[in-house]
Amino acid sequence: MIELIDICKSFNGVPVLKNISLKIRTGEIFVIIGMSGTGKTVTLRNISGLEDPDSGEILVNGTRMNGASQSVKKKLRSMMGMVFQSGALLNWLTVGQNVALPLVENKKLPQDKIDETVMEKLKLLGLNQASGKMPSEISGGMKKRACLARVLVRNPDIILYDEPTSGLDPVMSSHINVLIKKMQTDFGVTSVVVTHDMESAYFLADRIAVLYKGEILQCGTPAEIKESSNPVVAQFVNGRIDGPIAVN
Amino acid sequence: MSKFLRYINNLLAGTGAGLIAKIRFTGFTMLLLLSAIGYMKNFWGKRHDIILQMYNAGVKTFPVVSVVALFTGMILSLQFGVEMRVFQQQNLIGHAIMVILTREMGPFMSGIILIASMGAAIAAEIGTMKVSEEIDALELMSISPVKFLVMPRVAAMMIMTPIVSVYIIFMGSLGAALIANTQLGVPYNIYYFNAMKGLHMKAIYVGVIKSCIFGLLISAVSCAYGLKAGNGALGVGKGTRNSVVASFILVLISGYIITSIFYGQK
Ligand SMILES: Nc1ncnc2c1ncn2[C@@H]1O[C@H](COP(=O)(O)OP(=O)(O)OP(=O)(O)O)[C@@H](O)[C@H]1O
Ligand SMILES: [Mg+2]
Repeated sequence: MIELIDICKSFNGVPVLKNISLKIRTGEIFVIIGMSGTGKTVTLRNISGLEDPDSGEILVNGTRMNGASQSVKKKLRSMMGMVFQSGALLNWLTVGQNVALPLVENKKLPQDKIDETVMEKLKLLGLNQASGKMPSEISGGMKKRACLARVLVRNPDIILYDEPTSGLDPVMSSHINVLIKKMQTDFGVTSVVVTHDMESAYFLADRIAVLYKGEILQCGTPAEIKESSNPVVAQFVNGRIDGPIAVN
Repeated sequence: MSKFLRYINNLLAGTGAGLIAKIRFTGFTMLLLLSAIGYMKNFWGKRHDIILQMYNAGVKTFPVVSVVALFTGMILSLQFGVEMRVFQQQNLIGHAIMVILTREMGPFMSGIILIASMGAAIAAEIGTMKVSEEIDALELMSISPVKFLVMPRVAAMMIMTPIVSVYIIFMGSLGAALIANTQLGVPYNIYYFNAMKGLHMKAIYVGVIKSCIFGLLISAVSCAYGLKAGNGALGVGKGTRNSVVASFILVLISGYIITSIFYGQK
């Protein structure tokens, strides 16, 4: 279970997250939607301990993440993976080496076992042809899938996805969505998914939270969000141009 | 009046905040260097990365180092030689050149060249990794960026700076000999004989210590600026520039301190 209690975070005096409180249950797929620049990535970075909030508490399975010592953070992160918006692959390693990196560096498996696991995950994500390529030679969507493969080889209990399907074609998007679901049903993985794509959100989510200007407007099941009476939520999920959200 | 007071207030606050940030960054750099040295127990496991960085520092800078060292030797030889010829002492040019190269110019020039090539590259590379979330990804995979990125660079620079410095001394002497022979009419064997007399054991080990410290400082500072880079490509550029300036100043200051420790008046 991941709990966010009264999280506030500002950058250079500009508040980005304002008193965010969320409870993400174990084994659930929790989707965060919201406009660009509302702090979705910042929320994920806070959950993973990459950034600490200015105030509030983040509990991962009951252990406090923010302000924890490096060894506690390391322990919490060992069961956590994050799919970055940009892929975040190391550019001097091949795709295969990138995916193998966490296993090679943490030396838990023999080399042949590593190769086997890496190949299996690459196949799962349709990347077996790209194994020997450098990150600069593959597309943005492939980078994102390689990043997901790198997360999956570690078998984490919690996976944070930062827009896992943006930049992917519809078929690949569906494939990734099914995969996220499969991680939940087969391995009981808890997922936090940030997305802009309402179709993915409805398909994936057990619950959806709508983030708007640093606050949670509404948090509920897909059905509840779909039927929302909140004008901002209704405008956002239906992608209407007229409504309280002004683009400027 | 209150406007003036507010101005003073802001000025003081700004200066103080800047100072605190500088001190904090210095502390960060020192801790980074210490933990990188601590991680050197993984030297053998990381040997491939270290060798790659040594290749970058040594082999890739080889052409520029050769040219710079050769011409520095030639310039020194010409400038000194012309003066020494006034006193009919041009035969001793080898001695003077060797002393100045081993004591000061070798380590100093290797430091400067490696700042421009390796230091800038390290800061830009790690800075780019930082702004494209790669460092964050490493941290989330429980891979220490210090062990994975910083230690191999620090180790490689600590090894390569003395080697480059020795090579600079060699090439500089060669260039100086060339000029001594062609412009000043000093025979090669006389040049060589006097050069060897100018080669002191103490200058060599002080030079090696100095270069090692330069290598440690340059790599740690460059890594620190890279790791603290922010704001996209702009931040990487700024971090790289600051790292070059800071490394340069550090090399000068630490060079002076080491010289005064070993050669200063007791
Ligand atoms: N390190 C930082 N320094 C300063 N400002 C930051 C930093 N990180 C994020 N911000 C600011 O916080 C706000 C939220 O950023 P965030 O990346 O979380 O947006 P997002 O919701 O993920 O948007 P997108 O959908 O475009 O990815 C932005 O206005 C951004 O400028
Ligand atoms: Mg984002």
